Amino acid sequence: MSIQVRNIAKRFGGFIALDDVTLDFPSGELVALLGPSGCGKTTLLRIIAGLERADGGQVLLEGEDASAKHVRERQVGFVFQHYALFRHMSVFDNVAFGIRMKPRAQRPPEQAIRAKVRRLLELVQLAWLADRFPSQLSGGQRQRIALARALAVEPRVLLLDEPFGALDAKVRKELRRWLRQLHDELHITSIFVTHDQEEALEVADRVVLMNRGRVEQTGAPEEVYRQPATPFVYGFLGAVNLFHGRVDGEGVRVGDDLLPHPAQEGGLSEGAQVMAFARPYELDIVPDDGPGGGITAKVSRMLSFGVTARIELDGDDGQRFEVELTRERVAALGLAAGQTVRLAPSNLRVFEYEEGAGI
Amino acid sequence: MASARQTIVDPAARFETRAATREAPWVKWTLIVIALSFFALFLLMPLAAVFAEALRKGWAAYFAALVEPDALAAIRLTLVAAGIAVPLNLVFGVAAAWAIAKFEFRGKHFLITLIDLPFSVSPVVAGLVFVLMFGAHGWFGAWLNAHDIKIIFAVPGIVLATVFVTFPFVARELIPLMQAQGREEEEAAIVLGANGWRTFWHVTLPNIRWGLLYGIILCNARAMGEFGAVSVVSGHIRGETNTMPLQVEILYNEYQFAAAFAVASLLALLALATLGIKTWVERRAGRASRTIQDDASS
Repeated sequence: MSIQVRNIAKRFGGFIALDDVTLDFPSGELVALLGPSGCGKTTLLRIIAGLERADGGQVLLEGEDASAKHVRERQVGFVFQHYALFRHMSVFDNVAFGIRMKPRAQRPPEQAIRAKVRRLLELVQLAWLADRFPSQLSGGQRQRIALARALAVEPRVLLLDEPFGALDAKVRKELRRWLRQLHDELHITSIFVTHDQEEALEVADRVVLMNRGRVEQTGAPEEVYRQPATPFVYGFLGAVNLFHGRVDGEGVRVGDDLLPHPAQEGGLSEGAQVMAFARPYELDIVPDDGPGGGITAKVSRMLSFGVTARIELDGDDGQRFEVELTRERVAALGLAAGQTVRLAPSNLRVFEYEEGAGI
Repeated sequence: MASARQTIVDPAARFETRAATREAPWVKWTLIVIALSFFALFLLMPLAAVFAEALRKGWAAYFAALVEPDALAAIRLTLVAAGIAVPLNLVFGVAAAWAIAKFEFRGKHFLITLIDLPFSVSPVVAGLVFVLMFGAHGWFGAWLNAHDIKIIFAVPGIVLATVFVTFPFVARELIPLMQAQGREEEEAAIVLGANGWRTFWHVTLPNIRWGLLYGIILCNARAMGEFGAVSVVSGHIRGETNTMPLQVEILYNEYQFAAAFAVASLLALLALATLGIKTWVERRAGRASRTIQDDASS
């Protein structure tokens, strides 16, 4: 089922949680709502579920306005960060709960319920835990049971609120992969909320980046990572180097140095204050000999235990930079700690300066 | 989780067996002797005295005092008052705790303070308030008189006073419990299609059952044992408006010591039974809350 939200606004007292958010969630996709804590992602999820009321705007489920519909009638499955399993019920009864709560006319006979719960427990690979109580399960097991419970009512949409947030790193990684597989089997429209960029990029078909109640960018994981649309997205997704400067003729002037960039072609006027971004692998190191483009910096540390080497540098004004080079390149340069070099970006994205944006 | 439970079991024993944290033996024994002798002097001896006095003239006299018509009437009235007050306060307590723990609304802090009022005001004052309102010269006195409704010096007044005094027990017990549990399980139930009533019955109630039972027991003990407020509104009409505590006082004032202590022994037995059930409930509730902690910590 497709979901659309139109101009959703929500305040908590003086705090603006959501500010005119409009989004489309196509049928069958697994979408991640990604952003720092307090960006409104969980609130948006709860509004879609009906657990929270929006101050304005609409939620359309399959093109139909659901704003006035009760949570019970929306046919959504919801998975909570802290599982919210019924602690006094066995795993089996937890999963069966939704089916047993159906009106008598729609409720299948007890035998059919049992068969269905069994099937669901097998789907989440935990059939052997049917008689246990939630307190006897590990965190990862609890979350899988919570998912089975949500799927039991055959929801048209699956909403997951930081589903792996309370788990440790190893289990989180396993469950991530498992959730992706499950989605590929079931193809149910799913939205999951996370503040973990790696999780969002790895699991989702599409990523929605949110900040301060607004949508910053939507796109495929590859797209939002490669082509961040705003300074915030640049700063939030992956490591990045930031240069503050002004548009100056053929480039961006940072302190006494000039970074070549066709900034004026991008509609930025001469002398405008800008922020320039480059990923660690988009910077090259060149020897500091004579004039030329690039930022002067001093090598402080070199870490080379992977395929690539990571070099940390200090700028003139105490700023830190990070560069990723192949080990061959490092050897050819003959870099050593304490050496002064220049940083030359192979790709530079320039944005007009915004107060407090991103980093 | 199992190991967590073991560490909870006996921190005191571990503390004592370790050389690094052990106290000198005389400290330990002095404290124990003080505590136990205090307990014997102020709690155990009076309790024993009640039963000794009650049985001074033998079992026959004891039972005779209990089946005497006025005593039976007092027992009946006490049961009626508790039988009405406890369910009323059960409903009110759950409703108030639910409202406070699960919703945000204006006047919430005022309500929390108000719930404690019966604890902070003297029972005699509580009784007087009802006399002031419903007594012959009270605010509604003339109207009640005209319609031939008797509240003060009658059973309704006793029930009202009992309800007032036992008001906070259930709510006080449930509010912190429900606040700690939060709303998530109920939200999960609603998303899964359960309506409000079934959510309460299948999710909320099982989660609060031990706290609820605990509150009911305390509420009942107080309802049956209340003296001050009831004394003011009762009028002490024998066989009609005397509850057990009032009956004890009357008998005692008439120098019928054996009979007075016989009725008092029933109240003492009630107290012992309450303690017994309370301990059992606490143990069950403790087990339940430990699983909550496990849930939170894992």
